[in-house]
Amino acid sequence: MNITLKIWRQKNKQDKGKFVTYKLDGVSTEMTFLEMLDYLNEKLIKEGIDPVAFDSDCREGICGMCGLYINGRPNGPQKGVTTCQLSMSVFKDGDKITVEPWRSKAFPVIKDLVVDRNAFDKLIQVGGYISANTGAAPEANSIPVKKENAERAFDSGTCIGCGTCVAACKNASAMLFVSAKVSQLALLPQGQIEAKKRVLDMINEMDKLGFGNCSNTGACEAECPKEIKLTNIAKLNREYLKAF
Amino acid sequence: MDKFLGSSVTKKFVMAIAGLFIILFLLVHLGINFLLLIDDPVPFNSAAHFMANNVVVKVFEIVLFAGFLIHIIYGIILQIQNWLARPSRYKKTAFSQTSFFSKYMIYLGIIIGIFLFIHFINFYFVKLGWVEGDHENFYGMANDLFHLPLYIVIYLVSFLFLAFHLNHAFQSAFQTFGLNDRYTPVIKKIGLTYSILVPLGFSIIPIVIYFFK
Repeated sequence: MNITLKIWRQKNKQDKGKFVTYKLDGVSTEMTFLEMLDYLNEKLIKEGIDPVAFDSDCREGICGMCGLYINGRPNGPQKGVTTCQLSMSVFKDGDKITVEPWRSKAFPVIKDLVVDRNAFDKLIQVGGYISANTGAAPEANSIPVKKENAERAFDSGTCIGCGTCVAACKNASAMLFVSAKVSQLALLPQGQIEAKKRVLDMINEMDKLGFGNCSNTGACEAECPKEIKLTNIAKLNREYLKAF
Repeated sequence: MDKFLGSSVTKKFVMAIAGLFIILFLLVHLGINFLLLIDDPVPFNSAAHFMANNVVVKVFEIVLFAGFLIHIIYGIILQIQNWLARPSRYKKTAFSQTSFFSKYMIYLGIIIGIFLFIHFINFYFVKLGWVEGDHENFYGMANDLFHLPLYIVIYLVSFLFLAFHLNHAFQSAFQTFGLNDRYTPVIKKIGLTYSILVPLGFSIIPIVIYFFK
């Protein structure tokens, strides 16, 4: 099929950036979205044009590197998928596809579609860890965990830190990401040692990094490729009250 | 402690507490407004007199004004921070499945704020003596206003926007308090019911007065 791509091109952090339109023939419905971009880049390189910069790593939806804002939605029109899992079969011949980077003060654009998501690393650095003794791994069953809590912690733990929540939120808030980590660790015995410090430090850091405030719109939950629930944010708020 | 007071989550707690207080107050206000439907002006005027002069109510009035001010000021601060968090907007945005009215809370709030100001000019400022009028006969004043078609239109539109605002506000406040779990479906239903019935109750009064009194 033939498609028209309107892609955000930006040389570096300082550049103002603009949209450039590319016509692309011979796109297969069996391609993934990123394979389609690879195909575009091959063509651009042959024509002597600087290829479009975009992030990717695992290309199987677990590393959280590849997020793009496609046709006005993070990761495109399919529900519960990362950008690399998005199939070109959801598009039709003749479609015009607009591709933008995540836009948020905390995630500045480095080049084209690549953004700097160090802000998430900083959030994890201040609280996304537990204290554990070094040495041999302890016997797994020596610390009992309620089945329900283990499952909920696992659900929260499936967050891959891709930044979709920030991209989707009208306020560019990182509450879903922070709440997933806080909830996951608050539900497990191993997370109790730093529980209070974690929630206070992570919220404080989140505010400092320039993310917006959560206004409970639920856009993050609707767009999250790992379908992290809004109940995590409620849990985060409870943990915050407890920490005071 | 400093960190706690200035944080985004604390601001949201304060917004939600102030908002819920206003939600409670609206119920009281609606109850008194229903007295306007009675032909005798005495019950409404005595209720208004009681609200204006009772010491306990006066204390609540201060709390209520503080609630309104905090809700408005924090709402504006949070919104400005939210705009600043995305200095460069998306060029193309599609609909994403959100609580629909949540996207427009600041605009709805501004419209409600304008109505509140009109309402103050019509009644509260009269009580304070800043605007001319008989502050012992709010019944008559309300009746006069509810016979002006333009005022009724402004009134009804304001309450429609209040309904939209409340539709998100109620459930959002409980989410902020961390009460989103097994009770969420019930809270959402109560919020939806409240956001329809209370503005509807306020809206029926001028319509009845205009056409039947």
